[in-house]
Amino acid sequence: MFLTFITFLPFLGALCLVFMRKENASAIKQTALAFAVADFLLSLLLWTNFDNTTEKMQFGLNVSWIEAWGINYHIGLDGISLLLYVMTTFLTMICVIASWDVKKHIREYMIAMLALSTGMLGVFIALDLFMFYVFWEFQLVPMYIIVGVWGGPRRIYASIKFFLFTAVGSLLMLVAILWIYFHIQQTTGVATADILYITDHLDVSLDASKWLWMAFFLAFAIKVPMFPFHTWLPDAHVEAPTAGSVILAGVLLKMGTYGFLRFNLPFFPQASFEFVPMVAWLSIIGIIYGALVAMVQEDLKKLVAYSSVSHLGFIMLGIFALNPYGIQGALIQNINHGISTSALFLLVGIVYDRRHTRLISEFGGLAKIMPKYTVCFMIVALSSIGLPGMNGFVGEFLVLLGIFQVNGLWAACATSGVILAACYILWMFQRVMFLELKNPKNMDMKDMNTREMITIAPLIILIFWIGLYPNTFMKTFDASVNHLVSKVNPDNFRPHQEKHKDSHGEHAQLITPTEMASLNQKLQMPKKF
Amino acid sequence: MLLKLTCLVPLFPLIGSIINGFFGLKIGKNAVGLIACGSMALSFLTSILIYIGYLMLPEGQHIYEQVVWSWFGAGDFTVDFGFQIDPLTLVMMFVVTGVGLIIHVYAIGYMHEEYSFYRFFAYFNLFASAMLLLVMGNNFLLMFIGWEGVGCCSYFLIGYYFEKKSACDAGTKAFVVNRVGDFAFLLAVMYIFNVFGTIDFSDVMHAAPDKLIYGGEIVTIITMLLFVGATGKSAQIPLYTWLPDAMEGPTPVSALIHAATMVTAGVYMVVRCSALFNLSPMTMMVVAGIGGLTAIMAATIGMAQYDIKRVLAYSTVSQIGYMFLACGVGAYTAAIFHLVTHAFFKACLFLGSGSVIHGIHGEQDMRKMGGLKSHMPVTYWTFVVSTLAIAGIFPLSGFFSKDEILYHSLMDGNIIFWGMGVSAAMLTAFYMFRLVFMTFHGESRVDPSVHPHESPKVMTMPLVILAGLATIGGLLGIPLFHGWHILHNWLEPVLHFDLAHALHQSEHMLHEAGRHAPSWAHLLTPKEHNIWIEVLLMIFSLGVAITGIFGAYMFYIKRPDLPDKVIEGQWGYDLVQNKYYIDELYDESIVQPTVEGSKLLWKECDAKAIDGAVNGTANVIGWFSRQAQVFQSGFVRNYALFIVVGFISLLLVMF
Repeated sequence: MFLTFITFLPFLGALCLVFMRKENASAIKQTALAFAVADFLLSLLLWTNFDNTTEKMQFGLNVSWIEAWGINYHIGLDGISLLLYVMTTFLTMICVIASWDVKKHIREYMIAMLALSTGMLGVFIALDLFMFYVFWEFQLVPMYIIVGVWGGPRRIYASIKFFLFTAVGSLLMLVAILWIYFHIQQTTGVATADILYITDHLDVSLDASKWLWMAFFLAFAIKVPMFPFHTWLPDAHVEAPTAGSVILAGVLLKMGTYGFLRFNLPFFPQASFEFVPMVAWLSIIGIIYGALVAMVQEDLKKLVAYSSVSHLGFIMLGIFALNPYGIQGALIQNINHGISTSALFLLVGIVYDRRHTRLISEFGGLAKIMPKYTVCFMIVALSSIGLPGMNGFVGEFLVLLGIFQVNGLWAACATSGVILAACYILWMFQRVMFLELKNPKNMDMKDMNTREMITIAPLIILIFWIGLYPNTFMKTFDASVNHLVSKVNPDNFRPHQEKHKDSHGEHAQLITPTEMASLNQKLQMPKKF
Repeated sequence: MLLKLTCLVPLFPLIGSIINGFFGLKIGKNAVGLIACGSMALSFLTSILIYIGYLMLPEGQHIYEQVVWSWFGAGDFTVDFGFQIDPLTLVMMFVVTGVGLIIHVYAIGYMHEEYSFYRFFAYFNLFASAMLLLVMGNNFLLMFIGWEGVGCCSYFLIGYYFEKKSACDAGTKAFVVNRVGDFAFLLAVMYIFNVFGTIDFSDVMHAAPDKLIYGGEIVTIITMLLFVGATGKSAQIPLYTWLPDAMEGPTPVSALIHAATMVTAGVYMVVRCSALFNLSPMTMMVVAGIGGLTAIMAATIGMAQYDIKRVLAYSTVSQIGYMFLACGVGAYTAAIFHLVTHAFFKACLFLGSGSVIHGIHGEQDMRKMGGLKSHMPVTYWTFVVSTLAIAGIFPLSGFFSKDEILYHSLMDGNIIFWGMGVSAAMLTAFYMFRLVFMTFHGESRVDPSVHPHESPKVMTMPLVILAGLATIGGLLGIPLFHGWHILHNWLEPVLHFDLAHALHQSEHMLHEAGRHAPSWAHLLTPKEHNIWIEVLLMIFSLGVAITGIFGAYMFYIKRPDLPDKVIEGQWGYDLVQNKYYIDELYDESIVQPTVEGSKLLWKECDAKAIDGAVNGTANVIGWFSRQAQVFQSGFVRNYALFIVVGFISLLLVMF
């Protein structure tokens, strides 16, 4: 019940706001903030009561919803969803504070924001396919409205594009969900859409599971977004208001990666294994392509948006490494990206509020007049490019380590993203913050105020916390990941003779003989030394 | 126990950095300077205590490890936030904290007029902290925190004058080029984990001979990747281009970061991983070759530069090339020896050049100097001492360390390596004295409105101390008699390598894999230390150095008209003066195509191809719906017609 309460608390807040007078802006904002803060604190309580040692669902509730079809209201949290859940309440709170200066229809804005929060939380706790689908579609609506009403000049185009991309993807997912529902009914005689039940009992042929996998893949890959389904993201980000971008980057994209971990991997382990090369290459292309395109952007938000494409490529790569390093890295990178990119969007929003432009060429020399802002921006930028000691590095390294176990070439290609990240972030930083303060419009820009510091400071604390002591966060999903890995471990599907043992050492067998041969050829080692 | 203090050493500068960074503007310049230098002094004193503690370790224990907390992990991969104290680390700790302290003191004088004094010291202290992490970390990833941390501080400090475009560009360039090296380093770490199942230095180095085949592919790839990492940080071919540009930073930065400590991190790393490098003769050849080549190439460029700091920058590149040459022939002690002496004399040279620049109000062009000897005597004499040291004149420190490298490059390497080293030595003596003569001797070419003056005590005292160290630093290792070689004996536990054991293990592994082991017998013939060859070589290289100095004397004192005549119309000179056009080459072949290609990707691929496909789909659907609209006319008679047509077609199909 507790989990249900926390999930629907923001929605309750939204309902309260409906009955408040439109004119009373400050009361509206305070009420919204009160609900957001309360929700965050309560979700922290979930975390402290969470049992790290088990992969089982916790805080669960399972009651019948539509009895005739066997659809239940089944919710619960495990290690994979807990942190995403807490991050959602956390970012909602930050977003409410960051939206303090919204002038247009503040009441409706806050209603949309709180409703969105419930929608997103619902996605992470749903343990029934239909319920999941309902929440999945439900959160689209407030997001669509936030972009479409409070967005920039091309907001209509962007919001429709956003909506259509995601809707198209999820329709195929619906088909797959229905197929599974009927299939389960046929094979086991139970009419249910329960995710845990399906995970344990789904038994389909490899061919069928590949089709189903593709259907889910499309829905989630668009959401993530993976190359080449990413083009909705820059448009949506550029047009969305600051808080919209923060939620979009911080939580909405994570629904995609969450979907892979909750559905694709456990439902279809063998199909997932078969598709590893495809996903890996798409992710690698995404990493490099996103970084390259980010480098030449003229709009700050577009740059951050494309950098998201690059970062999410890392997360996908980690998930499809199918080993504990990769998946744990991907999960912590989920959080890292949520923190760093949200902070970047907030920071971009700060200059946008002052200058109403985000063009890089309009700025330059801000370090001189906005020292606090510069320091914050620098820290966040460095965290985004994965400087060790900050959060990004922990995730990135584990992901790369994970994929290295699978294929050295993929790891090398993905690691090159690390170089490119430095290029686009530092070049942008130089053009915005350094150099001479030439543009007269920038002369009297104010440094960050207290409210803005309050939105950024917690994110910066988290950046160092995760960078230096990530165990606080990583131990929550240890058990769940180990359980998941035991199901999807590629060794389950490999023919036996490939599990050879090389003489180099216990770990050397991870390098496949073909790789070894190709390396030999490339190096042209002389036979005699 | 004293060793328990280990974690305090990097902590002090970190705290200093935080205090200065947050409150520096409020507490005033004196307090900032005091905190910065105080934290370094505390670090230095703690290092001494740790040294004493290390000496008290029981017999046979050469390494002390301290795990502060468990950093992160997944599956069977774990990495600790842990430090290790061993002889090599102690040497580096003393260099970093000792030389660092001296340069911090100097910087108080040099930076005194700056408004953002506090910002400088916040970065400077942060750098010291990161550098200490680098040398004290007990595993590859903790080293990597320091490794990227120093790179990051270097980025801040190069771009300290952030309103200058050239400074910003130089900072970004340094960071990005370093990242290329870091990319390789990261891959190496992953590969090491793959092979060893751990990334702790002591475990990896201990297990190396048992897990890696001598001369095998795996160890070659790992060490090559590590070396690429080192070339980035230590400015070697092909990644050296960032270092000369890095001279945009304030001079104390150039002295501490781009001469004494950070840029030698690559050498430290190679020595730290000597157990791996020893197993790959191919990588060793590459290391020595790149080192020797860099030594010569940078020295030739250094001969034709006019910016006083750029000459010193190329000289640094060249000297680090020496260190890699030493590593490549297996003379790790010599590499560390030269690293230490180089830290002394090069820091002194940079600080001296800073004193000159300070004395003539920011001028860095040597063509606008000259005759400064009488105006700044302390600077002059300390500068000359250090120049003699770098040129390798007996009995200054550079003489011993350089000769040890040259000796080993002949005896353990081959005549080509030795030839590279000797020619670089001659060039070094030449361009360094060219610098001295152009700056301090001859007619004054200083702008008449400027009145050159000696720097304050706070700046000259560090010069004197460093010049003193540059003079006596050679006592650490007098090469003739190996019993006297303090450094060699000291580093022995770290560098100990049993080739016979390694080869035996490799044979065993190859045999198990069903492969035939090549004959390695010739590797095991012991090499004798020939004292006479060494003495001969010493005399020879002394002669070479004197020749170089004499050349510089002829060109810049005796016949000042000669240089212009010689270089006139020489394409070789153009080539050298323009740094072999390497920067232009990189720009044309890598930077520009990447930027242009990215623009193309964005405009063509993203906007046209992908969005085009999406919009195209939408349009096609739209077109179909418009066609289908015809059928939805709303007239009952049309629907009736369709029903009739449909019925007839159905009948036709069925029969």
